[in-house]
Amino acid sequence: MSYAGKNLVQGSRELIAFRIGDQEFCVNIMSVREIRGWTKATALPHSPSYVMGVINLRGAVLPIIDLSARLGMRKAEPTQRHVFIVAQVKKRVVGLLVEAVSDILTVTDENIQPVPEVSSELEKQYARGILAIDKRMICLIELDALIPDTESEAA
Amino acid sequence: MDMNEIKEIFFQECEEQLAELESGLLKLNDGDRDPETVNAVFRAVHSIKGGAGAFGLDDLVSFAHVFETTLDCVRSNKLEPNQDVLKVMLKSADVLADLVTASRDGGGVDEGRSRGLVKELEALARGEMPSGGASAEPAKPAAAKPAAAKAAPAPAVAPTDDSGFQPIPFTFDGFGGEEEAVMAPTTFEVQFKPRRELYAKGNEAALLLRDLSRVGEMSINCDTSALPAFDKLDPEEAYFSWTIAVKTNKNEQDIRSVFEFAEWDCDLDVKVAQTVAEDLPMVPVPFDLSALDDDAGADDGNDGAEDQTVANAVSAAETASNVTKLAAAAARVEKKESQSAAAAAAAANAANAANSAGQTIRVDLDRVDRLINLVGELVINQAMLSQSVIENDTTGTSAINMGLEELQQLTREIQDSVMAIRAQPVKPVFQRMSRIVREVADMVGKSIRLVTEGENTEVDKTVIDKLAEPLTHMIRNAVDHGIESPEKREASGKNPEGTVKLTAKHRSGRIVIELQDDGAGINRERVRQKAIDNDLIAADSNLTDEEIDNLIFMPGFSTADKISDISGRGVGMDVVKRSIQALGGRISISSRPGQGSTFTMSLPLTLAVLDGMVVTVAGQTLVVPLTAIVETLQPEASAIHSFGANQRLISIRNSFCPLVDVGRILNFRGTQANPVEGVALLVESEGGGQRALMVDAIQGQRQVVIKSLEANYTHVPGIAAATILGDGRVALILDVDAVVAASRGQSLRQDSGMKSDMSLQATG
Repeated sequence: MSYAGKNLVQGSRELIAFRIGDQEFCVNIMSVREIRGWTKATALPHSPSYVMGVINLRGAVLPIIDLSARLGMRKAEPTQRHVFIVAQVKKRVVGLLVEAVSDILTVTDENIQPVPEVSSELEKQYARGILAIDKRMICLIELDALIPDTESEAA
Repeated sequence: MDMNEIKEIFFQECEEQLAELESGLLKLNDGDRDPETVNAVFRAVHSIKGGAGAFGLDDLVSFAHVFETTLDCVRSNKLEPNQDVLKVMLKSADVLADLVTASRDGGGVDEGRSRGLVKELEALARGEMPSGGASAEPAKPAAAKPAAAKAAPAPAVAPTDDSGFQPIPFTFDGFGGEEEAVMAPTTFEVQFKPRRELYAKGNEAALLLRDLSRVGEMSINCDTSALPAFDKLDPEEAYFSWTIAVKTNKNEQDIRSVFEFAEWDCDLDVKVAQTVAEDLPMVPVPFDLSALDDDAGADDGNDGAEDQTVANAVSAAETASNVTKLAAAAARVEKKESQSAAAAAAAANAANAANSAGQTIRVDLDRVDRLINLVGELVINQAMLSQSVIENDTTGTSAINMGLEELQQLTREIQDSVMAIRAQPVKPVFQRMSRIVREVADMVGKSIRLVTEGENTEVDKTVIDKLAEPLTHMIRNAVDHGIESPEKREASGKNPEGTVKLTAKHRSGRIVIELQDDGAGINRERVRQKAIDNDLIAADSNLTDEEIDNLIFMPGFSTADKISDISGRGVGMDVVKRSIQALGGRISISSRPGQGSTFTMSLPLTLAVLDGMVVTVAGQTLVVPLTAIVETLQPEASAIHSFGANQRLISIRNSFCPLVDVGRILNFRGTQANPVEGVALLVESEGGGQRALMVDAIQGQRQVVIKSLEANYTHVPGIAAATILGDGRVALILDVDAVVAASRGQSLRQDSGMKSDMSLQATG
């Protein structure tokens, strides 16, 4: 809960909301570089199940993370309608596979409610708050926590 | 390329080695006991010693030798590198850096300090722990640091500062104030003739003279004879010159240090006066120095100049040496800034030379690399564009197609030209070798001729830069161990003069460098014995000749009976192998007893692109480096033999070779592929031995641009790097050695640093 507390002292912010399955999530817009249409990724051997592979982003090799699998939901079955959110996480640039980008939200910290106590480890690890907008529930996630510093578990 | 340029390269390398040395020692100091760290430290000192030997820098060699001997004790676990030991070693590293700086820029180092350290190092090598002498020492560097720090801004600022003369802070540090034994003052005669540049840079002769007056009692004669008539006077020209007699108990160095920042812009001559000042040929002109003095206090302190002690002279010298040391330290911390400072220092010398060299430009390598990267993108983009045009164009005769073809031609030409920017002939490296051969041969009393061939063979600059060090090691080994002594050669009916042949040539898109000596060849019996003694192989292991020859590439292996100044501590060949491997190259040895050995190195022409075979494995496209592939073949069912539970061998011309299923090892498929449906790539891996890699199909052969996977992701076991193919998709480049090692039952997840050692041991 310490993160929710920390958020309260900050001002308004912009978030990008996107859809995975029937759930909506959002991330800070500052970490997002661009949104790209889906292309087939080249699989990597011995990679964790949520790493779909790598794609070519204007000459750079970009790893693609299946956000659905990473958040503990079932693996995505990518279609042409899926998109990659290209995001800067610490010093790395990664692509996050999501179903669709739905909205850009401008919110103040009052809009962000703390994550309720649930038993799921994943929610506790990545969720930083919940937003209620137009009767929708959008979960704010922290990208830094998604991709560990040393990708030792991926190696 | 003249001698100075070659020497400059050595000093540049020293800089790297010193940095390596220091970081290694610091790691050890932090409790790291990895043998590789000790080895790295040892190699750094060894390389400095080797290079210094070639240039006859005797002080450096003798100090490095002692240092190395002590490090060898650490390496062989005779000496425990505890804090006290490391303190001495770190200090030794400092002195080594001082010596390097002194060798490059002239000037001396604090002899007492280096001699003290030599004694301490020798004591350590004998197994004695650091004594009181060691504990007394640290005070010195600590005390010296603030002084050096104070002096820090001066060298950088003074020469270019146009706001006025910068006082020289450290000359005052030398004025300790203790008044003990009085040394008889000597009279120096200083000839000082400023050039116009001196004034142009904001220096002022009068202020320099005032500073000089602080050194000792002086009388000044100003020569105004060059002064033209007023109407012909150029206000920016320097017309005056001075002859100054300074009576002081300091040395010439102190006098020169007054002119330190002006010496490139004036004619300065300092010598001990034969006659007294009154005999000077010029009419003394009264010169009121006090008029210039705005702070008399500073002068008061110098009234006791005659009472200066011997100790002061020593400490002044120490300060001077600290400044050089500081310069070295600054070089490490702020490379750019020191470069500009060094450039300023060299400017005067280079100014003349620069005029003649207008044919080439120096370009930052980063810029070239960026250009190369961009061109790589261009090539990929062009390929993608052509592909989509072909897909969408049914007529095939449109103007677009013709335009595209021209574009393709252009991009290819651009790529070739850009690559050519980085390509340089190997000549400079070869030239350095010839001197090393001469020097080393002299030292060991042999007569050896170096024959070089293909000096104009061009290869990427990064490859050239990294080639020098391993080549030096190998040349030294060849001269020191490879070639026999003249007597022995004569006894065996050979020409008493040995020959070392160095050849470079292009072969199928790689550069092949061969080093051939006509010496005795490898003494396999002794190599084997030595390997057993050093616990590198088991006493009862059964090795082929080739495997024995390859033992010399193992770390810590040496066949030399006595440790010499030149080579023979067994650091050489493992370093060589590692450097070559790091460049994506391979090294092999062939030796015939009595007729000599040949080392063959095969290196990629560039580190940016790679020739690869594009293959399909379980639906994935992979690139296999062409250099690893010996041959490809279509296996027949009758050639496949099961071996044990799940191993299979393929028979190729009556020899059996293990089949490696790439798809299985990379986890692309769960079941074993049917070899008959695929293609086998016969590859040769490190440590010898062939394996047949099973792939599904070969798509073709292509030059690919190497892309890092680590930049955004992490190292993937079994994969060397990535690349982007013409269709814009990423393809992975197979790490053949890792895959072969995995097929031997080692885990793919192993740390890559250990890999080559392990695979070697597996064959041994």
